[in-house]
Amino acid sequence: MADISFVRTESHPDLPPPKSETGILAWLRQNLFSGWLNTLLTLSAIYLLYKILPPFLDWAIFSADLSGKTYEDCTSGGACWAMIRVRFDQFMYGFYPEAERWRVNLGFLLLFGTGIPLLIEGVPGKKYLAIFVFLLFPPIAFVLFYGGLGLPVVDTAQWGGLMLTMVLATVTIIVSLPLGIVFALGRRSNMPIVRMVCICFIELWRGVPLITVLFMGSVMLPLFLPPGTNFDKILRTLIVMAFFAAAYMAEVVRGGLQAIPKGQFEAAQAMGLSYWKLMGLIVLPQALKIVIPGIVNTFIGLFKDTTLVLVIGLFDFLSIIQAATTHKNWLGTSTEGYVFAACIYFIFCFGMSRYRITLERRLDTGHRN
Amino acid sequence: MANLDTAQGTMEVSDEVAIQIIGMHKWYGDFHVLKDIDMTVYRGERIVICGPSGSGKSTLIRCINRLEEHQQGQIIVDNIELTGDLKGIDAIRREVGMVFQHFNLFPHLTILENLTLAPIWVRKTPKAEAEEAAMHYLERVKIPEQADKYPGQLSGGQQQRVAIARSLCMNPRIMLFDEPTSALDPEMISEVLDVMVGLAETGMTMLCVTHEMGFARKVANRVIFMDEGEIIEQNEPEEFFNNPKSDRTKLFLSQILSH
Repeated sequence: MADISFVRTESHPDLPPPKSETGILAWLRQNLFSGWLNTLLTLSAIYLLYKILPPFLDWAIFSADLSGKTYEDCTSGGACWAMIRVRFDQFMYGFYPEAERWRVNLGFLLLFGTGIPLLIEGVPGKKYLAIFVFLLFPPIAFVLFYGGLGLPVVDTAQWGGLMLTMVLATVTIIVSLPLGIVFALGRRSNMPIVRMVCICFIELWRGVPLITVLFMGSVMLPLFLPPGTNFDKILRTLIVMAFFAAAYMAEVVRGGLQAIPKGQFEAAQAMGLSYWKLMGLIVLPQALKIVIPGIVNTFIGLFKDTTLVLVIGLFDFLSIIQAATTHKNWLGTSTEGYVFAACIYFIFCFGMSRYRITLERRLDTGHRN
Repeated sequence: MANLDTAQGTMEVSDEVAIQIIGMHKWYGDFHVLKDIDMTVYRGERIVICGPSGSGKSTLIRCINRLEEHQQGQIIVDNIELTGDLKGIDAIRREVGMVFQHFNLFPHLTILENLTLAPIWVRKTPKAEAEEAAMHYLERVKIPEQADKYPGQLSGGQQQRVAIARSLCMNPRIMLFDEPTSALDPEMISEVLDVMVGLAETGMTMLCVTHEMGFARKVANRVIFMDEGEIIEQNEPEEFFNNPKSDRTKLFLSQILSH
């Protein structure tokens, strides 16, 4: 046998990578033309874009009409954005009286002005912002939107458009998360009665389509209430939607709770932490972080599900647009209406999705289970 | 591990009873895990518990802080008997620290936050004071510079040292170690054992489930051998290793010392 003894005396220097591994050409080759199938897909995608994009841009921008009083005034053959322009205020506020619309503006200005800084990392005074958004803002918003304290009452039947969609989505989102957490904890509780109640609640609400639940809330429920009890339709819708969303949220959160290793519970117990401190300080922060994608997914679904209130006669953003496109002055503008609606829904949903990515990156502590 | 040789001479055992276990049994469903355990631990004792896997040694020390519930017999820790009474359990858990095989640090908190969490929330120590104590213990386990990192950024040996420091921050009177070095890479075992030896020198009452026989020989004042849920043999380390009485002990020792 040959001599197998070997000793390295000097170490090999680090060399730069070969040219073919860096630069634009390498990127193109790796990502777009790495094989015949990939090349074929790239070329067909380019062809498809070439076929679709120019006509769409022509319709939406170059030969679009921006002004006019009816569909008849849109003559250039492109999109009739005049409809959106004329109806814009209604799309935003529904039938909210024009003189009172400043209240809606102020309400959402307050919400965004305090809510968005709350979501950004490193903003000082978050404690006070949170107290404002979660405790002070709801009553303020109620007075602003509905009335009271000297402001004339605007009946909820006049609410509509994006304002109604935002009210439904915001309230449901803010209520459903804590409620969902409570039900998720209850479902994993050691106490049999608590557990049974939570399981029944979750399965009942999850087992029924949202449309059915909305019908129950708006049509059936008043039949069972004593005559004379008048219980606002939007309030009923809010309660029903919040419970519905909470049931889904509970299952998402439960997934996170079950992903926390037993050792975390034991370490916290061994230190003498009580159940609520164990959950609040150790388990939930980790569990919620794991299920952020699921939570945001539920929020996005919820935001779009608000369009279902159409079936109980509420004019949310989508249904008020539909109503406009079927008005005799604007027959033929439904494409414009839907494209506009799609853009607005997309902006909100995409925004939530992007925020999810930022949030996950911020909460990353280099730990992988 | 130079300081191992000197460790034993400086440590004294008092007459005060720290833990007393009387006729304790435990079952998992039908399976009888712990059988008639009788054991008295005096303050300042360093006890090493060894035995084959599945012998119930981990379960035994986990019963002492009620991570596992025993069904029969008595466990008395610091003059408090462990029953279903939650107040008693909480009182015992405040006095008994535990170090786990898989460290179980809280990955969403920094090292410093891991250390100050229990003092602040359980003992109601002011934050500044808790942080000062935490830094003191981090210096003792020789990693004060890692205070602001997250557990995921530390090596296994460093994490286990943090875990020991975290338990010490509660000023426990008794420390339980559940196979503290079994999940570590070989080159990290000694840094953890060094910390444990240092701790033994302070007179801490320690119960340690481990297979580190070098540690047992040098630090322990008593070695307990368990098999199939029973205490088979216990003795001073010299006697235990050089002159085991039971056949099962002899077999076990020959298996772990043969390579």
